[in-house]
Amino acid sequence: MELTFVYLALILVLAIFLGFELISKVPATLHTPLMSGANAISGITIVGALLAAGSSENTSLATWLGAAAVVFATINVVGGYLVTDRMLGMFRSRTDKTDE
Amino acid sequence: MLNLVAINAAYIVAAGLFIFGLKMLGHPASARRGNFLSALGMLIAIVVTLLSEGILTWYWITICALIGAVIGAAAARLVAMTAMPEMVAVFNGFGGAASLLVAWAALFESHSLFVAITVTLSVVIGGVTFAGSVIAWGKLSEVMTSRAIVFNGQRIVNSLILLALLACAVMFCLEPSAQSPYLYGVIALALILGIFVVIPIGGADMPVVISLLNSYSGLAACAAGFAINNIILIVAGSLVGAAGIILTNIMCKAMNRSLGNVLFSGFGAVKTATKVEGEVKPISAGDAYLILEAANSVTFVPGYGMAVAQAQHVVCELGELLEAHGCEVSYAIHPVAGRMPGHMNVLLAEANVSYDQLVEMADINPRLPSIDVAVVIGANDVVNPSARDDEGSPIYGMPIINVDEAKTVFVLKRSMASGFAGVDNPLFMGSNTRMLFGDAKASISEIISEFKP
Repeated sequence: MELTFVYLALILVLAIFLGFELISKVPATLHTPLMSGANAISGITIVGALLAAGSSENTSLATWLGAAAVVFATINVVGGYLVTDRMLGMFRSRTDKTDE
Repeated sequence: MLNLVAINAAYIVAAGLFIFGLKMLGHPASARRGNFLSALGMLIAIVVTLLSEGILTWYWITICALIGAVIGAAAARLVAMTAMPEMVAVFNGFGGAASLLVAWAALFESHSLFVAITVTLSVVIGGVTFAGSVIAWGKLSEVMTSRAIVFNGQRIVNSLILLALLACAVMFCLEPSAQSPYLYGVIALALILGIFVVIPIGGADMPVVISLLNSYSGLAACAAGFAINNIILIVAGSLVGAAGIILTNIMCKAMNRSLGNVLFSGFGAVKTATKVEGEVKPISAGDAYLILEAANSVTFVPGYGMAVAQAQHVVCELGELLEAHGCEVSYAIHPVAGRMPGHMNVLLAEANVSYDQLVEMADINPRLPSIDVAVVIGANDVVNPSARDDEGSPIYGMPIINVDEAKTVFVLKRSMASGFAGVDNPLFMGSNTRMLFGDAKASISEIISEFKP
């Protein structure tokens, strides 16, 4: 148990450092798609929601909580990725335009 | 049925795709593929989870995922680019709510102290994110006033909520249960805290709040990951948490304020700015056309007012006409222009401005003295020279785009009301400044019609 926690905490620390490194290089031009793209990733909580909603054949309070979480998280994931894609599709360089 | 090792191996692949995806989001040319990779990672994580031994029935999952997917897809397709800040706010809130519910449900599996503590963290962060995001959405979509709501004793009320929240959290952790009244207390107080944290923040400070809520939605997922012992939630959640904190920091720096100052002080409570005396020199669209027509270089400086007036398409059309005249056109964008980080870039990209014309503040400032005309559209504080020159100004020290150094400045403004922060702007009285009063979209359309005889 204690060791599991140490592993998980290690993963946490490394991921945070990695996040800082990755994001500090993103140009201001892309801040909005970056934010909505990151937001879609935070919908990863859908994994926990699926486990909660599908873990029991009997419908219990846990199932209801999981089911509600699935709705929220799916909106977050599907909406987040699609809207980010829609935005990024609009960013074009001069050369892209002359190619058309 | 997949065993635990296979599932965790797939989670590592998903984590790798998220990391690559975020890295590729860093350049306009690769950003779209980056987002696709990240979505692929999400798909892998979802599919292996569905195939895991823990899932006994797909009944509710199918129904709920369908509902969520339809709502999410419709929202993503229909939202106007000007409404992107409130959309992202809502999505942040939903992520927070989902993490809250996941953590709550985890209590039916285990009651250990470790789980109780991580569940409490997830519930508190998720609840604050959800309620805060709903308020942010209300302010951004103008369902409620976008001004800062401040009242006497606000700090005392907030401290009391926080104390009560801490007390409930401790009581809950001493005797954890999914139906503990203290858990209900924690949830209710977290939601109330979320509301009270966001109401004192004014519209112009929204880029900071959205970045912060974005970070919280990641941290809530991360805490939920600890509660259910799931590595992909921890990795993805902390990546998003770090991303949000970086953006929050960039936004605060761009306003020369600390995070504490943004969160706890209703902006501009003390106004000691010296009122600028002087005369504004209005100009007609016809005269503006004559100057623009002769210019060799023009920079547009958009602000939130451009989004409000929906003027981005006509601005881009004018830019193209000027280029056809052999004029060099660029768009100078302040980091906090608009209501979320990078808001103006998205609007201009939608209007077909290519991204190599979008210039950041640090790159445009050295070039401004040689630029013939700077056209300020619906921006105020981010071009206010008193941020640079007047130590008494509430925005003193905030980095600005030095449009006053350009040879000529046009300021498009509806009327002579002061900007959002209520700061008088000496730019309007500058000897090289001409005010073009009226609706920005109508004014620019008028100039465009002069170009087309």
